[in-house]
Amino acid sequence: MQAAALKDPFVPDICRVASARRELADAVTLELEPLSGARPDFRPGQFNMLYAFGVGEVAISMSVSAHENRGFVHTVRNAGAVSGALAALEPGATLGVRGPFGTGWPVAEAEGRDVLIVAGGLGLAPLRPAIQEVLARRERYGRVTILAGCRSPHDILYQRDLERWRQRLDVTVEVTVDHAGTGWHGDVGFVTGLIPRSPFDPDKAVAMVCGPEVMMRFAAGALLKAGMPAADIYLSMERNMKCAIGLCGHCQFGPAFVCKDGPVLPYDRIAGLLAVQEI
Amino acid sequence: MQALKADNSGFVIGPDGLQRLLEVLAGEGYRVVGPALRDDAIVYDDIDGVASLPVGWTDRQEPGRYALERREDNACFGYAVGLHSWKKFLFPPAETLWTAQRGSDGAIAVSTPERAPDKFAFIGVRSCEIHAMAVQGRVFEEGPYTDTAYAARRAGAFIVAVNCAEAGGTCFCVSMETGPRAEQGFDLALTELADGAEHWFLVEVGSEAGRAVLEQVPHVPATAEQAEAARAVSERTASGMGRGLDTQGIKDLLQDNPEHSRWDDVAERCLSCANCTMVCPTCFCSTVEEHSDLTGENAQRVRKWDSCFTMDYSYIHGGSVRSSARSRYRQWMTHKLANWIDQFGTSGCVGCGRCITWCPVGIDLTEEVAAIRAAPEEGRSR
Ligand code: SF4
Ligand code: SF4
Ligand code: FES
Repeated sequence: MQAAALKDPFVPDICRVASARRELADAVTLELEPLSGARPDFRPGQFNMLYAFGVGEVAISMSVSAHENRGFVHTVRNAGAVSGALAALEPGATLGVRGPFGTGWPVAEAEGRDVLIVAGGLGLAPLRPAIQEVLARRERYGRVTILAGCRSPHDILYQRDLERWRQRLDVTVEVTVDHAGTGWHGDVGFVTGLIPRSPFDPDKAVAMVCGPEVMMRFAAGALLKAGMPAADIYLSMERNMKCAIGLCGHCQFGPAFVCKDGPVLPYDRIAGLLAVQEI
Repeated sequence: MQALKADNSGFVIGPDGLQRLLEVLAGEGYRVVGPALRDDAIVYDDIDGVASLPVGWTDRQEPGRYALERREDNACFGYAVGLHSWKKFLFPPAETLWTAQRGSDGAIAVSTPERAPDKFAFIGVRSCEIHAMAVQGRVFEEGPYTDTAYAARRAGAFIVAVNCAEAGGTCFCVSMETGPRAEQGFDLALTELADGAEHWFLVEVGSEAGRAVLEQVPHVPATAEQAEAARAVSERTASGMGRGLDTQGIKDLLQDNPEHSRWDDVAERCLSCANCTMVCPTCFCSTVEEHSDLTGENAQRVRKWDSCFTMDYSYIHGGSVRSSARSRYRQWMTHKLANWIDQFGTSGCVGCGRCITWCPVGIDLTEEVAAIRAAPEEGRSR
């Protein structure tokens, strides 16, 4: 057997932190460059397993398109021991990286159609590479709409990007917050509430949705109600992941392994599962 | 191991021949593992010749019950299946994946243990267990990623199958089409005949490696009567099996019934102890632990068996996806008998009966399926 000659998929490559930038109170964006000098290649929506020395591994999606040539860029929210250790890394530090893993957003499949991006909170991170690739070839798409929802004005991720996109005349950008506080003059309410008034043709649109699971369920419901077929709605699922390579079992969501069949899955494939509690 | 059609009638060896077979395998550098008595159970462990085998013992297995009993004869393989399966050798309960070191410049480096894979000879592998290895092989080797260490161990293993001479009390391999007679996936297959004064083994050859080993063991061609007697053993075993699982349409049956009231019923009995997943020869779930030494300069990634019955298993964002026992039992059984078919093109159950025997409260998955089948529409959710 040649099995022994195959690369061991559990072993990470080592990357160096090229830059670390505070994004939100609890989130940091890391730019990583492989020590090997390799130029990372991946699709929007894919993820890496990041390893913090002595602490462990966690799945984090890519947040900048490979076309931008900035290595692996990950926005990490300090939400536990591993992500906390990653978020504390400083430029020059090293960490382990396995990947890229998983399915990507249907960026190529969406050509010729309207594109609707629906992001809740940090869900904008895995969607940003898709937005970047769509806007880089803007002429290939119909109307492009970006809907972003956040808890409060302090939690708006990638605010500079949103502002830059909003300045373009060929993109609709809407931002809404759950709780406004003073000094906010934009929309208040859940991001799903923006769907009915968004400019897209339900028969020729592709929707890419990422955020907390409840938010995605409601967004999918609103998109269906707007007339979109379930097969054109894509969600990025999240489950506990230990291996990312289909071997540990942890990420199962019904028959799907989120690590290898997802994370990006068409809604028609998972609608039944999303309707069941604790599946 | 290379597949090769077994000779039509096979060969015959005696108990001395079995002893010689074990010696030849040890002499060829195999780590010889087979059934042995340990702590009132038959387990698979390193063996040192026929004397290590549970000669003259059998097991009585019932839901939630296991006991050893003396046999009237001196059969070496007169029991059903051991407590743990061969899984613990091919997929060790704990395995170091790699180690990492932090250098003086603070940079980390990763190294993999230089492991010459254990070369196992498994003695007394049941047909259901051969099928279980094939099922796990699909999970670990057929990608898109391959567990390279597992693949190396499995490829190097020499398999001596033993056709079951008696169905265990919790076995249901016939209905899973995984036994009781080993048809393929072995290097040598034995059928033991230990009636009265006679004690011999019919040997079938399943690979070139098997043939080469048998050549070093005194053997004679089987007569037509001997071949027939061996075949009758498997037939008797098959017809004596008391349990069965109706697999007709089982994928849809379970996937369409996630809200069936039977899940509440079984949740009242299940202790979430995870025994069923530990003893199951196909359960493959694992977790990874990070171990660091006191200097903090060396870390180790250790993979360990895990179970879908633990709360940690589905933990994400401050909680478990499956926090109720109901959802965890449903996950286990639906995965094993239904989702596995979507994932790997085969059932995840080979009918070995271990999960029934070793469940402390005697939950029997064949009964759980039958109950859902009896009233499938109840609580149907989609
Ligand atoms: S589910 Fe039970 S009967 Fe089926 S293979 Fe696993 S332990 Fe054996
Ligand atoms: S089914 Fe039985 S063996 Fe399995 S977790 Fe529940 S109590 Fe334990
Ligand atoms: S994360 Fe291990 S199987 Fe998907």
